[in-house]
Amino acid sequence: MPQDENKEGIGGMINPRRYGIERVAYLLMRLSGLGLLAYFIGHIYETSTILRGQVGWNEFLELTQTTEGHAILAIVIAMCVFHTVNGIRVMLGHGGVGVGKPARPDYPYDPASQNYRHKIGIYSAIVLAAVAMMYGLAVMFGE
Amino acid sequence: MTQASGIANEQTSTPLSSSKSITLRISRYNPEHDDSSKFMEFSVPYERWTTVLEAILEVKKHFDHSVAVRYSCRQATCGSCGMIINGKPRLACFTKISELNSNVVTVEPMNNFPIIRDLAVKFERLFDTHQKIKPYLIRDDTELTSDEKEFLQSPEEVEQYIQFANCIKCGLCNSACPTMATDSSFVGPQALAQAYRYVADSRDKGKDSRLKIIDDSHGIWRCHFAGSCSQVCPKGVDPAMGIQLLRGYLLGFRS
Ligand code: HEM
Ligand code: SF4
Ligand code: FES
Repeated sequence: MPQDENKEGIGGMINPRRYGIERVAYLLMRLSGLGLLAYFIGHIYETSTILRGQVGWNEFLELTQTTEGHAILAIVIAMCVFHTVNGIRVMLGHGGVGVGKPARPDYPYDPASQNYRHKIGIYSAIVLAAVAMMYGLAVMFGE
Repeated sequence: MTQASGIANEQTSTPLSSSKSITLRISRYNPEHDDSSKFMEFSVPYERWTTVLEAILEVKKHFDHSVAVRYSCRQATCGSCGMIINGKPRLACFTKISELNSNVVTVEPMNNFPIIRDLAVKFERLFDTHQKIKPYLIRDDTELTSDEKEFLQSPEEVEQYIQFANCIKCGLCNSACPTMATDSSFVGPQALAQAYRYVADSRDKGKDSRLKIIDDSHGIWRCHFAGSCSQVCPKGVDPAMGIQLLRGYLLGFRS
């Protein structure tokens, strides 16, 4: 019988409450990545309606003209902006950029990699996503 | 008790004389005959300096000797006493009850480690992954035979890796890591940080062989730089920094 490894599981993985804004960014990055993937698949399906000619195309496009359609598009805008901005931060971090320099650690051992540069990156990604979403909402609903 | 002389004030008081107390909730579980874990609660007196480990030992001494806990040094050096304290992985001997700011202290075994009993967990996987990255200097000559007698390093060269050499193999980082939460094969932040510790050591010549070991589907690429490992490390190792610097070599940011 395989032993129970007492792994925290998906619930522990997605819990954003314990380890600061960095873990929130980790969760948002995953959710926005999956959300964009879902949108991308939907988008391919949507554009394929052109095969049914102009009528089919317009019929499907009407879905995006509803309130729900507008709300979904606004979320897609936010996911897109967050994923891109945070993605650039993560890629730089993965290359070792802005993660601090090794040094003799001193109590209370604040980790240099969890620094203000990366925190600013995360907060900027969130703020820019919110601004872009609000702009999108203003354009879509503000006829 | 009379307070006749000044010395009487200084007698070593047993913790039981304390006026403050907390409720200590200890997760109890024996995989051999329990279906699931359950909590047992104890009221434990404490002082400003009482550690969670001392509170657990107090329970063992006065209430229930069968509580299983692993410890040795009591001073954040041996890496034995890692556990989940009020929801986060911490060293029991390095966490004071007073710093938790709570009347209830809940202790559970670390996640992502198999439970032996109660608070004691198995470390086989951590030791295996640690060994896997070759945690020793790799080079052809040795200090024993070379005329130089020792491999000299400048203080600046020591600075490059000494932070990572602080690791006490407590496993807190592996318990906090979101990848470890679901991946049974991930090499983990502890071992990856140690891979960097040796790669960054100017005496070491094993960089290429270590990079090959961690360049694996369950190796360094499963790290998403969530940083939780660094936030719980009690020794300032900052595994997340080491891992990203290490990945810098593989991505071509560094050489
Ligand atoms: C400029 C645009 C983009 C950038 C800079 C970017 C960057 C990144 C980065 C760096 C990651 C890895 C994050 C990590 O290691 O935790 C990632 C993950 C991911 N991305 Fe993107 N991405 C972009 C566009 C997209 C698009 C258009 C899609 C969907 C079609 C997408 C879907 C995903 C998915 C599904 C993940 C995996 C999420 C995870 O496992 O955490 N990304 N992206
Ligand atoms: S890196 Fe820190 S948290 Fe991880 S095992 Fe070493 S000392 Fe413990
Ligand atoms: S008892 Fe040694 S680290 Fe806590």
